Amino acid sequence: MSGAFTKSMARNIFYGGTVFFFLLFLALSFDTHSQLPKRDMRANITPQIAEGKKLWEVNNCIGCHTLMGEGAYFAPELGNVVARYGEEGTKGFIKARPKEGVPGRRSMPQFNFTEEQLDAIVAFLKHVNSINDANWPPNIQG
Amino acid sequence: MQFKSQAVAKPYFIAAIGLFVGQILFGLILGLQYVIGDFLFPAIPFNVARMVHTNLLIVWLLFGFMGGAYYMIPEESETELFSPKLALAMFWIFLVAGALTIVGYLAVPYATLAELTGNNIIETMGREFLEQPLPTKLGIVVVALAFLFNITMTVLKGKKTAVSIVLLIGLWGLAVFFLFSFYNPVNVVLDKFFWWWTVHLWVEGVWELILGSFLAFVLIKTTGVDREVIEKWLYVIVTLTLITGIIGTGHHYYWIGTPEYWQWWGSIFSALEPIPFFAMTVFAFNMVNRRRREHPNKAAVLWALGTGVMAFLGAGVWGFLHTLAPVNYYTHGTQITAAHGHMAFYGAYAMVNLMMISYAMPILRGRAANSNKSQVLEMWSFWLMTVAIVFITLFLTAAGILQVWLQRAAESPLPFIAAQEKIAIFYWMREWTGVAFLIGLVIYIISFFVKGDEEKAA
Repeated sequence: MSGAFTKSMARNIFYGGTVFFFLLFLALSFDTHSQLPKRDMRANITPQIAEGKKLWEVNNCIGCHTLMGEGAYFAPELGNVVARYGEEGTKGFIKARPKEGVPGRRSMPQFNFTEEQLDAIVAFLKHVNSINDANWPPNIQG
Repeated sequence: MQFKSQAVAKPYFIAAIGLFVGQILFGLILGLQYVIGDFLFPAIPFNVARMVHTNLLIVWLLFGFMGGAYYMIPEESETELFSPKLALAMFWIFLVAGALTIVGYLAVPYATLAELTGNNIIETMGREFLEQPLPTKLGIVVVALAFLFNITMTVLKGKKTAVSIVLLIGLWGLAVFFLFSFYNPVNVVLDKFFWWWTVHLWVEGVWELILGSFLAFVLIKTTGVDREVIEKWLYVIVTLTLITGIIGTGHHYYWIGTPEYWQWWGSIFSALEPIPFFAMTVFAFNMVNRRRREHPNKAAVLWALGTGVMAFLGAGVWGFLHTLAPVNYYTHGTQITAAHGHMAFYGAYAMVNLMMISYAMPILRGRAANSNKSQVLEMWSFWLMTVAIVFITLFLTAAGILQVWLQRAAESPLPFIAAQEKIAIFYWMREWTGVAFLIGLVIYIISFFVKGDEEKAA
């Protein structure tokens, strides 16, 4: 890296390359946005699903679980949990968590959700499961 | 030191190390919860400890970046810092905001914290790494802007070098992309899409500019190699970083509802992401081999070489391991990701900060380098922490491969928890290796207090 290749050439390639690839990224992002409505099922989002997402966030569910593979790896994937356990099964599981945990084992905290809140959470998780995410996860276990 | 105002870096470095200790302690709690599920439950559930662990990491790295910039910029610009008072004020604001946030995580349930801190005004909480309450997020913006103003003004009134320009671009990018943390639409796909504009464009984008700039600065100082040569390398490295890393964001867009073409863009460009890291390793070794002086601070040179190698291994090799879409289909969201995350963050960002601290701290304390005794201890801590992280990564990788097999690839896949129980042995080994890391960190801190014959600063 000497001789003909100078520092100012390197600098120009840096600026030019960065701008080019950033613009390309913006173009791809723009195209993605035009395609998303067909994939993200936004037309189906109800106030109940929005409430479910909020509950998902303010209880920091992502701190243990993954959702579409993103999050923490301490507890199961939830993007397809409704398909795995059913709506009632999912609600029942959340409700049945012992307050003091299970000796020696991992356990979800008891959040004392109301029926309405449980319905909202399940509606949100069902919505996530309906998103076209290229067939991920590989199987029902998440 | 050459300029009095460089001294503001010192409290930043001390805070960074203090928070680093906190990060590791919570890491050990998490590691234990992986094998003793009810450890500290329900007082400190896993999600809370994890927030503390990852947020402390981010905050200590930011302290390190700011301290490093405050140290480096006056010397590069050949002028005093624009406002040392502003820098000190921001230090205290950031430290208090950070401490209150951690106390908040630990003291009240997260939902209560959200309620108390105005999450209803703008809902930004509860997303991985961006869990901070709204006031903290706003505080980060204020501190970042004041810091950038201070640094930019210093550069503007002084000499503009490639090293400081690259640092400035990195730091401004850091601030700009953080703004996406305030955007949280109801549509979870859009939420995730832009969440990565903060997270990915930080760690696989602009942060690498900060890393490259710090590395270039310390190599200029310790090797005496011509600045022209080093700055040319720096430009080449950051070019490679951004032309691979920006489109490389696509490797997060495989399975979150975004179009399938990202599997191609993401796979191809992120497969090239190891190249800038490899260039960094070659760069560090090349410059040290061509050194024109023997700098008395051997420990700083060791960190510089170490960060090159470990960033390449952690970010480059372990990133490549699971970045191709057909592989990632099986490894996405498993311990493989955790393995990569640990070595990449340590190798790239923890080590580059420790390098800067190692180089700058002795000078801030009025000596060219620490005593031989102190440096030997520091080098022991280097090897202990680095070897520990290598083994942590190997154990998590083994756990991850088995997890993928048991849960996703086997003929009759096991449920998540059943698979976790079968791989517990690797979690135990990771935990013990974590203890070794902590011992390394304790030795590192002790090295600051070891006296001996010190060379006075020039």
